[in-house]
Amino acid sequence: MLVVEQLCKSFTTAQGTLPVLQGVDLRLARGSSLALMGESGSGKSTLLHLLAGLDRADSGRILIDDEPLDGRSEAALARWRRQGIGLVFQQYNLISSLDVAANLAFQARLAGRFEARWQDYLTRQLGLADLLQRYPEQLSGGQQQRVAIGRALAARPALLLADEPTGSLDEASSDQVLELMLQLVAEAGSSVLMVTHSQRLALRLEQRCLLQDGRVQDGAGR
Amino acid sequence: MSALLLTMQALLSHWRRHRVQGLSIITGLWLATALWTGVQALNSQARNDYARASAVVAGPAHAQLVAPGAQRFDQALYLQLRQLGWAVSPVVEGRLRFAAEQPLSVRLIGIEPLSLPPATNIAGIAAQDFDLQAFIGTPGQAWVGPDTLQQLGVKPGEQAVTSDGQVLPTLVLTPQLAPGIVIVDIGHAQALLHAEGQLSRLLLTDDSKPLPDAIAARLERQPGEDDTGLQRLTESFHLNLSALGLLAFVVGLFIAHAAIGLALEQRRGLIRTLRACGISLGTALSGLALELGVFALLGGLLGVATGYLLAAALLPDFAASLRGLYGASVAGHLTLSAEWWLIGVAVSVLGALLAGASSVLRAARLPLLALAQPQAWRLAQGPWLRRQAWLAGLLLLLALACYLWGNSLPTAFTLLAALLLASALLLPSVLDALLGGLARRCREPLTQWFVADSRQQLPAVSLALMALLLALAASVGVGSMTEGFRRTFTGWLDQRLAADLYVTPRDTAQALQVRDWLATQSAISTLLPSWRVELTLQGWPVQVQGIIDDPGYRSRWPLLELRAQAWEQLAGGTAVMLSEQLARRLGVQLGDRLQVLPAPAPGMTVVGLYADYGNPKGHVLVNADWLRRQRADAALSGISVNLPAEGIAPLKHELQARFALDDSRVVEQSTLKRWSTDVFSRTFAATAALNSLTLGVAGIALFISLLSLGQQRLGQLAPLWALGVRRGQLAWLSLGQTLMLSSLTVLLAIPLGVLLAWCLVAVVNVQAFGWRLPLYLFPRQLLQLALLGVLTSLLASAWPLWQLARRQPAELLRQFADET
Amino acid sequence: MKPEAWLLIALALLAGCDPPQPPAKSYAGLGQEAGAFNPVTRNHALVFPRDHAAHNGFRIEWWYVTANLRDSQGREWGAQWTLFRSALRAGPETLGWDSPNLWMGHAALTGPGGHQSGETLARGGIGQAGVQAQPFRAWINDWSLQGSDDIGQLQMSAGGQGFAYRLMLHSSGPLVLHGDQGYSEKSGKGQASYYYSQPFYQVTGEVEHDGQRVAVTGKAWLDREWSSQPLAAGQSGWDWFSLHLDSGAKVMLFRVREDAGPPYRAGTWISATGETQVLSGEQIQLQALAWTTQQNGKQVPTRWRVQLPAQGLDVQVEALEPQAWMNTRFPYWEGPVRISGSVGGRGYLEMTGY
Repeated sequence: MLVVEQLCKSFTTAQGTLPVLQGVDLRLARGSSLALMGESGSGKSTLLHLLAGLDRADSGRILIDDEPLDGRSEAALARWRRQGIGLVFQQYNLISSLDVAANLAFQARLAGRFEARWQDYLTRQLGLADLLQRYPEQLSGGQQQRVAIGRALAARPALLLADEPTGSLDEASSDQVLELMLQLVAEAGSSVLMVTHSQRLALRLEQRCLLQDGRVQDGAGR
Repeated sequence: MSALLLTMQALLSHWRRHRVQGLSIITGLWLATALWTGVQALNSQARNDYARASAVVAGPAHAQLVAPGAQRFDQALYLQLRQLGWAVSPVVEGRLRFAAEQPLSVRLIGIEPLSLPPATNIAGIAAQDFDLQAFIGTPGQAWVGPDTLQQLGVKPGEQAVTSDGQVLPTLVLTPQLAPGIVIVDIGHAQALLHAEGQLSRLLLTDDSKPLPDAIAARLERQPGEDDTGLQRLTESFHLNLSALGLLAFVVGLFIAHAAIGLALEQRRGLIRTLRACGISLGTALSGLALELGVFALLGGLLGVATGYLLAAALLPDFAASLRGLYGASVAGHLTLSAEWWLIGVAVSVLGALLAGASSVLRAARLPLLALAQPQAWRLAQGPWLRRQAWLAGLLLLLALACYLWGNSLPTAFTLLAALLLASALLLPSVLDALLGGLARRCREPLTQWFVADSRQQLPAVSLALMALLLALAASVGVGSMTEGFRRTFTGWLDQRLAADLYVTPRDTAQALQVRDWLATQSAISTLLPSWRVELTLQGWPVQVQGIIDDPGYRSRWPLLELRAQAWEQLAGGTAVMLSEQLARRLGVQLGDRLQVLPAPAPGMTVVGLYADYGNPKGHVLVNADWLRRQRADAALSGISVNLPAEGIAPLKHELQARFALDDSRVVEQSTLKRWSTDVFSRTFAATAALNSLTLGVAGIALFISLLSLGQQRLGQLAPLWALGVRRGQLAWLSLGQTLMLSSLTVLLAIPLGVLLAWCLVAVVNVQAFGWRLPLYLFPRQLLQLALLGVLTSLLASAWPLWQLARRQPAELLRQFADET
Repeated sequence: MKPEAWLLIALALLAGCDPPQPPAKSYAGLGQEAGAFNPVTRNHALVFPRDHAAHNGFRIEWWYVTANLRDSQGREWGAQWTLFRSALRAGPETLGWDSPNLWMGHAALTGPGGHQSGETLARGGIGQAGVQAQPFRAWINDWSLQGSDDIGQLQMSAGGQGFAYRLMLHSSGPLVLHGDQGYSEKSGKGQASYYYSQPFYQVTGEVEHDGQRVAVTGKAWLDREWSSQPLAAGQSGWDWFSLHLDSGAKVMLFRVREDAGPPYRAGTWISATGETQVLSGEQIQLQALAWTTQQNGKQVPTRWRVQLPAQGLDVQVEALEPQAWMNTRFPYWEGPVRISGSVGGRGYLEMTGY
C-alpha cells in the first residue's frame, strides 16, 4: 500500500545545504509492519514526517495505494493525516488542555470515525479505563504514550507511523507498550512503520530496514 | 566580578532570541512611567503654580491679619499697628479684567516693598533688591509672568489697559512670577482697584505677640497661606487625574510583570545550569536584579521623556479647565525641575521592582536539582484562582466598608480602587467558570479543544485581560459620568441661564445707573438686579447673592429640594437657599438654621437647595433688601434682563456705548452658555485623552501577552496540526479564542463600568465637588466602547496570529523531534 | 554731620543696593534729576522752628541724635537715633502712597553687652513717618523724637531686636550753625549742605538691654542736615567726630576721603557757651592709630589721634566698643568714643566707606 521511490530531502542550515535523504526506496504491504532503523541524524524522522505529509520532499515519490502523496494540497495533506494515518511520537504530544478521554477520542471524532465499542476496547486494552478523567500532566510517561497510541488507533488508520514511540520509556515498559501497540495494530488492521534505533525492538516487527547515508541499506524494505 | 560578568552574559543572551519579550518589559515600564509621570507633571506644574501664586509674597512670615469675611479694611489699622511697633506689611488685592482675545481676569497684588518682612522675596526678587525708584514711582512697574504677558497680548515695557480703561504701570517681565498675577506698588494697586486707603491683608513677621484689643476687634490672625483655598478647591481635580494616572501605571506594570515572569520561566533551566556550574545564588540573583535595573532605567528614561511630551500636549486644555473651573492660573508651558525627572526614573525603577520582585524571589527559591518539569498548569491553576478569589473577596469587603463608612475623597477612591482591583482579580475565576460551563456543552472535538485550550491560556493572558477589563471599565465609568454630567449640566444651564442679557457693571455706583436707565426701557420685560457679598463661612469661600422677589425665579431657578412657601420666606428675609455643595460642606439640611452673616445678623432657615455645578465656591441665595440692610458693602454685581429677541442686540450696543462697557461686561445668554460649555468640555478633554491612552495601553498589554505566548502556543497547536487540522484553520481558531476571551472580558467590563460610573456620580463626585448627579446610561456609548474593546483585542491579536499562520511547517515539526 | 554718608545711603536705597550697578551710572542718574530739587546756596538764612521740620524741596535730609550715657554703676552706654528722609523726585509732600518721600530710621545701643542696632523703613504720605515743626515731632513707626517747638525739650525713643531706650533730652545751650551760617561745604568742588546742631543736651532716662532696664544720664548731640547734591566723584567715604570735651567745649570734625589726593577736612569748634569757630582743613590733624576687624571682615580705625593745634587740642579718641558695626542695608561704623590726652571727654565717631 505504501511505496517510496527515490525520495530526496535536504535542509538548508547555516553551514549550507545538508542532504538528509538521498534516494530512499521503501515498500510496505497492507497489514505488515516495518522497523526503520539508523543512527541519530540518519533521516529516520524526516522520512516519517514526509510520509505523514508534515513536510514535503524535494524529489522522488510517495505512493499511497498507488496515489502520489506529493503534490497534494495543504488541505488534502491535512485530510491524509486526519483520516489516513495515526501518529505516535517519542514526545507523546497529547493535548494538554483535554483530559484522557477527550484525547483518546480526539482524532477519531475529527476524522468522523468514532466507534464507541472500539474506543472502549482500546481504552481497556491500554489500561486507561481508570484514568479517563485525568489530564496528560497527571500521567506517567508510559501512560501518556499509551494514550497517544490509543488516540492514533481510535480511527483505525490504514497506516500507523510511530517515531521512537518508546524512546522515553525504560526497557520493561517499553516492551510492554510495544507489545500492546503491535497487538492493537493488528486488531485495527493497520500497517505500521516504526522508527527506532533499538535492534531489540526492531526484531519484533516483520520487516527491518537501515537508513544510512540517506539511503536504505538493507534490502528488507524492498 | 567575572562570575557576575559571565552570569550577565548568559542571562542577557536570552534577549537576543526573545527580542519581543525584552521589548515588552521596556514597553510596560515605559508606558507605566510615561502616563504616571505625565499626570504628575501636570499636577506638579499646577501645584507649583499655585504655590508660586501664593508665595508671591513669601517669606518667613506665614501668618497674616485679615478682616472677618475677607473684606478690605482701613489702612489706618496698618498705621496703628506700625506705631505700636508691629512689623506688618500691607497688601491690597483684587481682580482686574482685560478685554484680551478671551476676556481675562488677573489677580492684582499691591505690595509695599519697604515694609516687607526681611528675607521676603517677591517672585524671586529679594525685598531689599527692589529698584524702588522704578517700582513705586510714576508710572511705576507692573510685574507679570510670561504667560500673563502673552495672554494680555502686550510686550514688556508697554502699559496694559484694563477693560475699564485704566492704565497699568509699565509691564516688567518677571520670569518667576506665577501666571495670572500682576504685582504693583500698593499705591498703584489701590488706585487701579478703586480702593484708596483700603487694605486686604497685613503680612505678619512676629507671630507670637497677642494682638492689641483695638486691632483684635477688627482683624483676625489667619495662619497659613492664602492659596490653601485654591489648593483645596482644586485638590479633587488633581486627585481625579492622579487616580487615572495610577490606573495607567498599574496597567503598564501588568505588562512588565507578565513579560518578566515569562522571561524567568524560560530561563529556569539556564539559571539551574549556571548554578550547577558553580555560580552562587547571590551572583545569579544579582545578575537578574542588575538586568531588571537596566530595563527599569531604559523604560524610565523613555517614560519620563514621553511623559513630558504627553503633559506638554495636554497642558493647554488642562490649564484652560483649571482657569475656567477654579480661576486658578497655570502656566501654559511646563517648567519641571530636575527632581521631577529623577522621580520619574525612580518611579520606573520602583515599578520594575514591583513587576519583577516576585520573579527574582521565585528564582531565589528555585531548587538546584529539580528536573525541568513541564508546567503542571492544571494543578497550579486551581489554587491560583482560589487565592485570587480570596483576595478579591477581601477587597470587596474593603470596598463595602468604604461605601458604608467612608466620608472623604480618599475613601471614595479607595472604594473605586478596591472595586476595580477585586474585579480584576476575580476575572480569571469568572472566565474559568464560564469556560468550564461552556466546555460541558461541547461534544465536537475541535470546539472541545477550543474551549479547553482557552481555559488553559487563562493564566498567561489573564493579566492582559485584567488590564483590558480595568481600562474598559474605567472608560465606561468615566464616559458615563462625563456624558451624564454634560447632560445634567446643559439642562441645568438652560434653566439657570434664563435671562437674555447679563450686565456686569464696573462697580455698584455704575450698576445703579445702569439699573435706573434700564428701568426706563419699555422693551424690557424683566429686570433682575442681584447683590453680592463674598465671605468665608466655616472656612469655606462663599458667595452670598441677594435677589429681589420676582416670580421669574420660582419658575426658572431649578431647585433640588425645597420646603413649602420657600420663595415667600426667602422674599421675607427669614430664609436662605444654599447650593448643594455648600449644604453638604456645612452639613445642613432643609429646615436647619444657618448663620450666613456673622452675628449680630440673624440666623436664617434653610428652605431650598439647588445645583450649582462648576462653582468651586459655596453659593447662598438671600433676599436683596435683607442683604443690603445687613451689609452696607453689598455690591450690585449683576443685572439680568429679559426682552424680546429683536431688542437684544440694540440694547447691548446701547448699554456698551452709554456706559462704556466692553463685551465681557454685557454678555448675551448664548455667549455665556458657550463659555460655560467650553470650560466643561475642556475639563474633560484631558480625562478623555488619558482614558483612551489607558485603553491603548491595555491593548498593548494584550498584544504583548499574545506575542510572548506565540512560542508556547506552538507546542499546543503542533499536535493538532499533526492530527490533520490545517494551519489556516488553527490561526482562525486562535483568533476565535482571543476574541472569545476578550469579548467575555468586555461583557464583564460593561456592568463593572456601570458600577464604576455609579460610584463616580454618587460617591466620588459628592466627596470631590459636593454634588450628586443622576446616573445616566447611554446604550450607544456602551456599545461603542464594547466594540472599541473588541477592536482593541482584535488589533492586539492580529499580528501574533498572522505570525502564527505564517509559521513554516518546519517550525511546527520541531515540536515533535529534535532530530532532523 | 555726614551728608555724603546719607547720600550714599540714598543711593543704596534708590538703586536697590545693587552691587553690580556701576556707581557712575547712579551718580549720572541723580545728577540729571538734581536740577529739579532745591539747590543749597550760601547766604540762605535758617529760620526756626520752621527748619526743624522736613524740607520737601530737597533730596535728602536727616535728624540725628547721639548720646553718651552712664548708669549708676558707672558703666558707659551710647545711644543713636536717626531719621533719614530721601525723596524719589522733587516736589512737595503729597497725601497717599504716591508721596515722593521714603523714610529710614536707624537706632543703636552700645553698652557693656556690646553693640545692638535696628533699622526701620517707611513710605511718606500715609502718616507712617514724618517730621512736623509745631509741636516738633519726628517719627517712624514706633520710634519718635518729639517735644517743644524749639527742640529744647525732647523725648527720644526707639528699639530693636533685644534693645530699647527712652531718653529725655534737655538743652543747656543754643543751636549751633556750622560752616557759613549753616552753609556747610563738603568738598572743594562745591558740594554743600545746610547743617546745624544742638550739642548741649543733658540726658536722663533708661536703656533696656536684653530685657533689663537701666537708668542712665549723660549728654546728647543733635545734628540736622539737608541737601540735594550728590557726592563728588572720587569721594569714597568719611570719618566724622562729635566730641564733648570735659572743658565744656564741643568739637565737630569730619574728613571726606578722596580716592586720589588728601581728604577734605572741616569742622566747628564750639565753646562751652555756644560760640563757634569754623575749622578749616589745614587746622585739623587726624591720624588713625589702631584698626579693628568688623563682622563683615573690613578693617576700621577705632583709635585716633586728633590734633587742633590752634585750640591746643591733642587727644586720643578711642572706641568704647570697637565692634560698633551698623549691620543695616547700608552698613557703616557708628559708636561712642572716649577722649584722653590734653583734655578728657566723650563723644561719637562715624566711619563709612570701609
